[in-house]
Amino acid sequence: MHFLIGNLGHLFVIASFVASLVCAFAYWKSFYSANNLEKGKWVNNARFAFYFHSISVLGIIASLFVIIYRHYFEYHYAYSHSSLHLPGQYMISCFWEGQEGSFLLWMFWQAVLGVILIRTQRAWEAPVMIVFALVQAFLASMILGVVIPAINIKIGSSPFILLRDAMSDPIFKIDPNFIPKDGHGLNALLQNYWMVIHPPTLFLGFALTLPPFAFCIAGLWQKKYSEWIKPALPWALLGGAVLGLGILMGGYWAYETLSFGGYWNWDPVENAVYVPWLILIASIHVMMTYKNSNTALKTSIILAISVFILILYSTFLTRSGILGDTSVHSFTDLGLSGQLLLYLLFFTVAAIILCISRWKEIPSSEKEVSVYSREFWVFLGATALCLMGFQVLMPTSIPVYNKIIELFGGHSNLAPPANQIEFYSKFQLWFGVAVALISGTGQFFWWKKMDKGKLKKELLTPVLFSLVIFAIIISVAKVYSPVYLVLTLAGVYLIVSNVKVLLSVTKVNPNLSGGAVAHIGVGLVLIGILFSAGYSNVVSLNNSGMIVNKEMGTDFNRDNLLLFINEAKSMAGYDIEYRSENLELRNKRGYVRKNDIDPTSDPYRVVAIKDIVYKGEKLYSARDTFEIYPENTFYEIEMRKNGKLAATLYPRIQINPAMGGFLASPDIKKNFDRDIYAHVSAMMSREEEPNWSKTEEVKVKIGQQFFINDYVAILEEIKRIDQLGGVTLNAEDVAVKAKIKIEGEHESFYAEPVFLIRNKNEVGRIPAEINDLGIRIALLNIHPQTNEFSLGTNARQKDWVVIKALEKPFINVLWLGTCVLMVGFGMAMVRRFKEFKS
Amino acid sequence: MKRSHIIAIIIVAAAIGIIITTAGDASTYVNFDQAQQMSDAGNSTPIHVVGSLKKDQSGHIIGLENSVDKLSFSFVLVDDNHQEQKVFYNEPMPPDFLRSEKVVVVGGYQNSQFVAKKILLKCPSKYQEQKLVTR
Repeated sequence: MHFLIGNLGHLFVIASFVASLVCAFAYWKSFYSANNLEKGKWVNNARFAFYFHSISVLGIIASLFVIIYRHYFEYHYAYSHSSLHLPGQYMISCFWEGQEGSFLLWMFWQAVLGVILIRTQRAWEAPVMIVFALVQAFLASMILGVVIPAINIKIGSSPFILLRDAMSDPIFKIDPNFIPKDGHGLNALLQNYWMVIHPPTLFLGFALTLPPFAFCIAGLWQKKYSEWIKPALPWALLGGAVLGLGILMGGYWAYETLSFGGYWNWDPVENAVYVPWLILIASIHVMMTYKNSNTALKTSIILAISVFILILYSTFLTRSGILGDTSVHSFTDLGLSGQLLLYLLFFTVAAIILCISRWKEIPSSEKEVSVYSREFWVFLGATALCLMGFQVLMPTSIPVYNKIIELFGGHSNLAPPANQIEFYSKFQLWFGVAVALISGTGQFFWWKKMDKGKLKKELLTPVLFSLVIFAIIISVAKVYSPVYLVLTLAGVYLIVSNVKVLLSVTKVNPNLSGGAVAHIGVGLVLIGILFSAGYSNVVSLNNSGMIVNKEMGTDFNRDNLLLFINEAKSMAGYDIEYRSENLELRNKRGYVRKNDIDPTSDPYRVVAIKDIVYKGEKLYSARDTFEIYPENTFYEIEMRKNGKLAATLYPRIQINPAMGGFLASPDIKKNFDRDIYAHVSAMMSREEEPNWSKTEEVKVKIGQQFFINDYVAILEEIKRIDQLGGVTLNAEDVAVKAKIKIEGEHESFYAEPVFLIRNKNEVGRIPAEINDLGIRIALLNIHPQTNEFSLGTNARQKDWVVIKALEKPFINVLWLGTCVLMVGFGMAMVRRFKEFKS
Repeated sequence: MKRSHIIAIIIVAAAIGIIITTAGDASTYVNFDQAQQMSDAGNSTPIHVVGSLKKDQSGHIIGLENSVDKLSFSFVLVDDNHQEQKVFYNEPMPPDFLRSEKVVVVGGYQNSQFVAKKILLKCPSKYQEQKLVTR
């Protein structure tokens, strides 16, 4: 038992919590100190407390990492998130698989940002850091794991809890020092490289919404109603980029590992971060126009606060367990819902009170906004973005309404929309069109004074260009749906108009072109989403017109396809064939067929029956022993188009009762113009004894051809053996082995059944099974008089698998657009940071 | 009226529109009786029914039928009012279907048959079921 490391970690947690409270208190004192000497002293104390807090956070992380890395399974965290065989890079992902680890990650980023702010923002230090320290205190309290004795309330869930305290297994009564040999392991769906970088990116995005909020609160507090925007803006831009990137990484992870056939599912957990991001983007736009409009100032304040509150709300939704049945991937409830609600309400109420008390003092103007001003267009865009977020937020919160109604003694049976994707898409699509048109046109107002005549002149070229490109796209890609036509045109217009702006701005000052670049990225993202999602094509669509169920009497479109091994089926221009079950190699890149290996006593090591060849390269020779990952089965699916191999896909299945049974991940072949995607939706169980047909008996001579279940077979030789399964037989025992060659669809197989006479009259027969062909052969009898041999053959239903295959056209446009968007954000951010410094 | 007032009115109208459509498109949790009544009344919006699989006295799941081509299946769901209903699902059986404690079916009646468009499974979570491997 390694108690020291856990106690040390817990000590760091408590230290970080106390230090953040001390820090807030010291900054508070410094803020209200009258004389400079005292102020300086308190500031020094506060800084020390924050540095101490930050070091404690690092200490917590280091302790937890040691526990995971050294496999201290006496700790609940290591036991339930890791295992001995977990590859090194995923040790990092198991760090944040648990809720405690993800709180820690969030704290870590905010500690980093806090240290940067202390060093760079001397003018704003005290009020901004009070907000920071309070947020950190709330987060630290989530992993505190301390029980208040008098009222018996547990605060937080510590990641350093021992297994014996977390679980009430009888073994701990017998042996309190029991340590499991191996851990539970990391959920297979999280064993993906995106899960190593997606959570840190997302939580950095979360953390980056704090500086704008803190500056805004500090501005209201100090009555610097417009000055706060200048230091807040670059952070907001960085936050917009990082949070957006984090969301898209999550989408990409879902695309690669979850098998719902896309990258976005409108799941409450996804919506919960999508909404704050939209509002953040709106707030960035409004903040940029504050100098010319007092209305923009008030809106900026509301939006900057809303973004952070929405982040807290999304934390509450995903971690309190309130989503319950409605989400597939919210965290399990750790009993923190009360604390999370307090966290949310504290900052919401505090911000609202501060706003109300200061509202009258914020300068406002009665000046009418002109339609030809950039403020007007920015407002229009921000409004569209906010409504876009609102439309997602309303239905996502349905479980919350039910809870509130129940709280007041009522009963509500409201459920989320039955078809989430259809429901959200039909609205978001039109918001997308609105955003594209507004930001495409608004760009012209941003850079020039406009009036009616000028606007017409400016718009003429981009509109014409857009129409030409639009015509080319729709005729090539065959877009006919009216809604998609409108979205395509809007997306093209957004790109073209911003290219025009980009060209003219670059001539003046390339540093200012970030906005135009970012908007081009948005246009590409819209078009990429439209094609990859709207024109996603089910390759495995079964339109044979067969009536599915007699009782139903209705025709269904069926997206799934039943494939028997080595029998190609033609669908949507593809020949699809299921070839084999495979395991992944541990030390080399590639897969090995299960039929080509023999197991050893160690589940992670196997022996090659024949040379292991993968993609034309010989990886191991026959009789080699090598390592594999036994947990996952990969189904080799060949897809051919016009006789040419288009893709060999290896979708994955993991049967893992501990992790919820059955985990399916797709495999994707990425082409320039389209992705081909396939996942397994059902497969045969190897545990059930198959139904063998009645034995058919044939009498054959050596060298004679015969048929087994329509396959051509030949008895090649009969050989006496003196060893069986590694055991040497007695001298009087007789064992003979037949060697039968069977011609399969793609290759020949050898079956070697054994006939055995022991102790003179005990007859034994060991049949041979060919998995790929679904046949079993036994050597039944030997007829020495006629030199013939009796073979008994049985057949069963062949191995099968049910798959779903999709084509995703032009999905690369989406990823390209994302990259362009990030570059644009980066350029804008660099400019604003420079502006702030000067 | 000032232009900003007009814009404000449009925003409020849009927000109200969103709330109304959300309420309109939201589904409901009902039992099979209510679902049947809704269907008889000509209401074809998909609904959620929560229930569990029908089991015999020894705890075996009964009433399960796989189609020959394994691409669809039907089962008997018992709702919270203990009413049984045969449910069709036009997808292969989810492999952890049999282990599920609770099944939520989203769909509706079609010609007196209940057709599920989506099935949500509530499986024993990994925290509840976790048992130590003591060997």
